Amino acid sequence: MNILKDKRGVFAILILGGLYFMAIFADFISPYHYAHEERLFSYAPPTRLHFVDEDGNFHIVPFVYAYKWKLDEYKRRIYYEDKSQIYKLKLFAPGDEYKFLGLFKTDIHLFGVDEPAKIYLFGADSRGRDLFTRILYGARISLSIGIIAVLITFTLGLLIGGISGYFGGVVDTILMRVVEMFMLIPGFYLLLALRASFPPEIGTVKIYFLIVVILSFIGWAGLARVIRGIVLSLKEKEYILSARAVGCSHLRIILKHILPNTASYTLVAITLSIPGYILGESALSLLGLGIQDPVPSWGNLLTDAMSIVRIKFYPWILIPGFFIFLTVMAFNMLGDTLRDIYDPKRRL
Amino acid sequence: MISYIVKRFAIAIPLLFIISFITFLFINLTPGNYFDRLRLNPQISEETIQKYVKLYQLDKPVVVQYFAWLRRLLHLDLGFSFTYNIPVTKVISSRIFNTLLLTISSFLFTWIVAIPLGIIAAVKVDRFWDKFISCLCYCFLSLPTFFLAFLLLYFSFLTRILPLGGMISPDFEEFNFWGKIFDLFRHLIIPTLVISLGAIASLVRITRGNLLEVLRVNYILALRARGISEKRVIYIHALRSAINPLITIFGYQISGLLSGAALTEIICNWPGLGSLMLQAVRSQDLYLVMGTMLISSLMLIVGNLIADILLGISDPRMRLSGEKIG
Repeated sequence: MNILKDKRGVFAILILGGLYFMAIFADFISPYHYAHEERLFSYAPPTRLHFVDEDGNFHIVPFVYAYKWKLDEYKRRIYYEDKSQIYKLKLFAPGDEYKFLGLFKTDIHLFGVDEPAKIYLFGADSRGRDLFTRILYGARISLSIGIIAVLITFTLGLLIGGISGYFGGVVDTILMRVVEMFMLIPGFYLLLALRASFPPEIGTVKIYFLIVVILSFIGWAGLARVIRGIVLSLKEKEYILSARAVGCSHLRIILKHILPNTASYTLVAITLSIPGYILGESALSLLGLGIQDPVPSWGNLLTDAMSIVRIKFYPWILIPGFFIFLTVMAFNMLGDTLRDIYDPKRRL
Repeated sequence: MISYIVKRFAIAIPLLFIISFITFLFINLTPGNYFDRLRLNPQISEETIQKYVKLYQLDKPVVVQYFAWLRRLLHLDLGFSFTYNIPVTKVISSRIFNTLLLTISSFLFTWIVAIPLGIIAAVKVDRFWDKFISCLCYCFLSLPTFFLAFLLLYFSFLTRILPLGGMISPDFEEFNFWGKIFDLFRHLIIPTLVISLGAIASLVRITRGNLLEVLRVNYILALRARGISEKRVIYIHALRSAINPLITIFGYQISGLLSGAALTEIICNWPGLGSLMLQAVRSQDLYLVMGTMLISSLMLIVGNLIADILLGISDPRMRLSGEKIG
């Protein structure tokens, strides 16, 4: 594999691998369930892991203190650590029940602490839900939506671009007019208008697929146009003529002989367009038009950050944004590496 | 060239009608409309609602409604906004300038910053500045618009040097002319940065790539062999061929700029078309959604047209064939 020779590529694969791994095993890795509320710990700051206790003894296993809070002069909760008792971090601790990979029920989590202590690695949100847990669960939605949407977009784009370029003539003209129509609307406005065509509050599964469909619906046009261009130049090649001469059907020629030749372009384009879909979902959810609370996605986790005052007091609510950033950067790096390998001429 | 422009317009207009029809259809597919929500308000009598429903023919089939809308459109009447209680044209025209201001300022900022940075990166290829610029570009390319907006707003909240969103200060009317411009400018900085930084990053990379490619071509070698100074080779000969293809990018950028501007407007509270669209969508204000869609598409079409004309001026091949050269 050439990609492993490139430092950038390896780095990107490691990041993405880690993120997807965390998404798949979210319910095991996270210490709580994503909807587990502790209203008494609203906006509790990230829990500090300690190694040295009050008496100066060193512990190999990190431990935490339980939170207590008092109100300050503005009636805001000030959290502080109750240092009277230490709570050791436990591996494979029992907690909220969940179904491991949808197979069997268990309540074992990778780590946890005994009540009444809490472990909020990234702090808590307004309802005292663990942000770390919610980011892991949110990764399931945010990371999968991009891939599913990209697959639908590319199936559509390849097929329509392929047909358009291969047949030419009236078919080409009509299809390209449709493509132009889609390219005439600024994407974000189309996104909002399409979202408006559906009732605001619908179930999570439905809205998930709705977002996928809307994003693919917007994205296929640009791709179809590029593929058409490639196919136009390919179809005059001798091997296509020979395929036609031996009597291959049009569909077979498109699927077996032409589209595979666009594969290197497609692979690069797929990788580089996934971030767009992830950002599309995040933006919709951020504005409250996508995935709805209590189900987390990286976008709706950031809704809290729409108020600057909240960022000031609870800066950890920005953490989901770093995850989006990291994911987008990793996909960009992977895409660039792939392009350098398959298409050295277009190296930037 | 002129025939090409006319042709593009001729294609765009029927497409706009199809888009508007589909949007109309989609929005009418939504269960419920604006007046269903009004009915929940006990202060508004059923008769008033019926009056409005009749006035806008909302009880008629969708196709009839659409053609009524189209007929009014020919008189440049985009209908009536239910939420604002004034004609849609008035709502939109009060916003359109703001969006244009934001888009154009981001656009100018992007090009003014990106081209020199791209040149520096290409000239100093594989040296410190190239690596530094490329690394920054990578980060900004991957930074989501909304996240960048949060970070910048938070930063200005901490330092208190820039206003937090909005377009004018509350005491705007009390400033003199220059004071007003300065106030507007201060409010413009954050949204412009938010929209531009990503665009700058991609443009820098493209400029750098193009310039490097041109510098590898034989005629550059010939120029160097003749002893022409390196500065002259780069700035007079190579740069010109490197920048030409960028004009094509200009066209592609407009759609992205408009979309980016819309999201930024919403987060930075900038009273433009994007935030209007979100509002209209949320309140199911049918004609306002239609109007905003139409105007934003129109802006994109005009933008593309300008790009085509520029391309025609810079690239004679386009004038002759009338086809876009990728």
